[in-house]
Amino acid sequence: MQRDVTAFVLVLALVAGLAMLMGRWLAHAFADERHWPLERLSYRVLGIDPGERMGWARYGLALLLSNAAMMTLGYLVLRVQGLLPLNELGNPAQTPDLAFNTAVSFITNTNWQAYGGETSLSNATQMLAITFLMFCGATAGVAAAGGFIRALGRAGRQDIGNYWVDFTRVLWRVMLPLCFVLALVYVWQGIPQTLDSRAVATTLEGARQQLVLGPVASFETIKHIGTNGGGFFSMNAAHPFENPTPLTNTLHILSMLLIPSALTVTFGLMLARRRQGWVFFAAFLLMFAGFLALVYGAEQGGNPLLAQVGAEQSRSAAQPGGNMEGKEMRFGIAGTALFVTTTTAATTGSVNAMHDSLTPLGGLVPLAQMMLNCVFGGDGVGLINLIQYAILTVFLAGMMIGRTPEFLGKKIEAREIKLVMLSVLAHPASILGFTALAMLWPATGASLANHGAHGFSEVLYAYTSGTANNGSAFAGLNANTPFFNTTIGLAMLIGRYFTLLPLLAVAGSLAAKHTVAEGPGTFPTATPLFMGLLVFVVLTVGGLTFLPALALGPIVEHLQMLAGQLQP
Amino acid sequence: MNASNAPSAREPQVSPLHGLLGPCVRSALFVALVTGVAYPLATTGVAQLLWPETASGSLIRQGGTVIGSRLIGQHFTAGHYFHPRPSATTGPDPADHGRTAGVPYNAAASLGSNQGPTHAALIEAVQQRVRNYRRTNGLAAGAAVPVEAVTASASGLDPHISVANARLQMDRVARARQLPMSEIRSLLARHTEGRWLGLLGEPRINVLLLNLALDARQPPATAASASREGEAHVR
Repeated sequence: MQRDVTAFVLVLALVAGLAMLMGRWLAHAFADERHWPLERLSYRVLGIDPGERMGWARYGLALLLSNAAMMTLGYLVLRVQGLLPLNELGNPAQTPDLAFNTAVSFITNTNWQAYGGETSLSNATQMLAITFLMFCGATAGVAAAGGFIRALGRAGRQDIGNYWVDFTRVLWRVMLPLCFVLALVYVWQGIPQTLDSRAVATTLEGARQQLVLGPVASFETIKHIGTNGGGFFSMNAAHPFENPTPLTNTLHILSMLLIPSALTVTFGLMLARRRQGWVFFAAFLLMFAGFLALVYGAEQGGNPLLAQVGAEQSRSAAQPGGNMEGKEMRFGIAGTALFVTTTTAATTGSVNAMHDSLTPLGGLVPLAQMMLNCVFGGDGVGLINLIQYAILTVFLAGMMIGRTPEFLGKKIEAREIKLVMLSVLAHPASILGFTALAMLWPATGASLANHGAHGFSEVLYAYTSGTANNGSAFAGLNANTPFFNTTIGLAMLIGRYFTLLPLLAVAGSLAAKHTVAEGPGTFPTATPLFMGLLVFVVLTVGGLTFLPALALGPIVEHLQMLAGQLQP
Repeated sequence: MNASNAPSAREPQVSPLHGLLGPCVRSALFVALVTGVAYPLATTGVAQLLWPETASGSLIRQGGTVIGSRLIGQHFTAGHYFHPRPSATTGPDPADHGRTAGVPYNAAASLGSNQGPTHAALIEAVQQRVRNYRRTNGLAAGAAVPVEAVTASASGLDPHISVANARLQMDRVARARQLPMSEIRSLLARHTEGRWLGLLGEPRINVLLLNLALDARQPPATAASASREGEAHVR
């Protein structure tokens, strides 16, 4: 216990240290007057003018349309897989609904997978469709955060920067160099990186074992640095080839939190409001620590039903104890709990354990974090989501004392609040609406691996994960049906663009406003008090919206587990 | 939503779509070439140069044949081997290829059970595994069985077991191989991997490497015959 807490503190201290370095680097990348030669080459290839200033609408359109083009290209690659090289295993093309779901999933930074990687994709598609789209989604998200922060610092201006410049810089200065170096570290630790598709072994007991190989290390890096999360293999980062050692497990965790936490520092530097940046970081960290404690306690506590049938779940020097169903020995409970909390906080969706087999309260944590969607959050969008709640917080505080709320020296007025509410409401509307629809859909029962409360959790988890652009799953659910592929695909699109675009509009609207001087009635936002209030608002809005659904799923299941009631 | 963007004297007013379509299409193709082709290929080239062994899957070879990967678990049932954790992977049924059946440690298709904590099938399976584990290892009826020895791993390919699990199997393996316990115990100690920096991960034993070390100490054919004698002796 003490050792685990020390490990948690150490990892989180590393997160803070790395956030400072990366935050500085990102701020420099967004503000640099000079272009790198590679960037100038890229502008020429794209045929764009790096000097163009874009308003929020044009910036958002460039993001939306380039994403659409990338998604279409990814879709086409998935549809012609059979004609491409590097397909030793002879995997056929994906069906139209599955390819739509996959392409949407990877461009929106969700990386939900209704397919098993090693049994259905060739090495060519793993690179040209999946690795490619992971770079696109993540880079676009970070670029958008750059434009968003820049806009908050403007006064009386229409332009929020140049999308192409932001995108190109994040790609060349952050994503590619970091991924390349880390991939080599991963290979050193044992993650394969080869164009061969397989090796066939004859085991010690004489059985035939087919090992699936491929360019896994180059895939793992962008998957975590980009908070993407789709697995090269079906069982994702639980597979020993994706995550062979406790060191790779920790590097995955640090990679996932790197950019979401660094953006708070970038925010502070670009707006010359460093304290405000740290207030956001602290708000993230406070919620993270609470959720981590819950999932760690629940999983180490174990499942009383397993104890009844003779499994020893207490921890000792010689065994990890706890609920080890669906977990890997090398990570134990602590390495798994930290990963579960991280992957659903940073909305990555990579898993190193089967979330479906978590204890009810342990499984509630990933669900709740994705519902809040702003505990660090995904690359770029996490900070944007938290700022949306910050605007809501100053609005509520302003209402209480009867003043026009201000945030970062700008008056928050009806237009901003309407846009913020559009985003705040689109998220639960998609999750709860689609879940309700799926529960009424006659064929849903056939897709469930578990029934009763846990079956409901499986469906709720699928739409929460899709809408939050997370991508992890209660993977017992067979989601590869036209109904699930289509509706989860739509949920991912709504979750991505109905929050990103309204918030870019808010930023554009704030950029156009003039700064007002701070007066005695201004509510200071760079204080611990504001941080507490912000966390309170996030938890209250999330709680009011989602508690009824959580009560029907994990909470009922927890009570059933304590009462010893089994489900078919 | 863009209608309310007030016109400004300084910004030239053009359609927001003007000149976007070309760059969008070109950006898709360009980024695909850079990140989907050049980056993974360059990484593969350098990785194969620096660490050819791990880059190709950490394969173990005996003579000319591949017998497995250091990182991927294998299924063991013989009495003279240590046994791995349960695995939920499936594969084509050997009796009827149209159907799927449980094929533990099928590395071509990783799979966890995905059974929830109150799923009746999970509790039943664990109960059955606890009984089998006690019987196989000659434990008393009420003996505690480490949880990881009777629960399926996430990947279905977990190469490791806990130290407690291995200790409970020592006696069976020593008998089957008619080797002294002290020798098995020292093999176990040598094959126990500690926490990273004493902090991260769990102490664990790689089952395949341990069994390979056993076979190196005593060739498999001898072990198998010793195992049969041992079983006869137990009965």
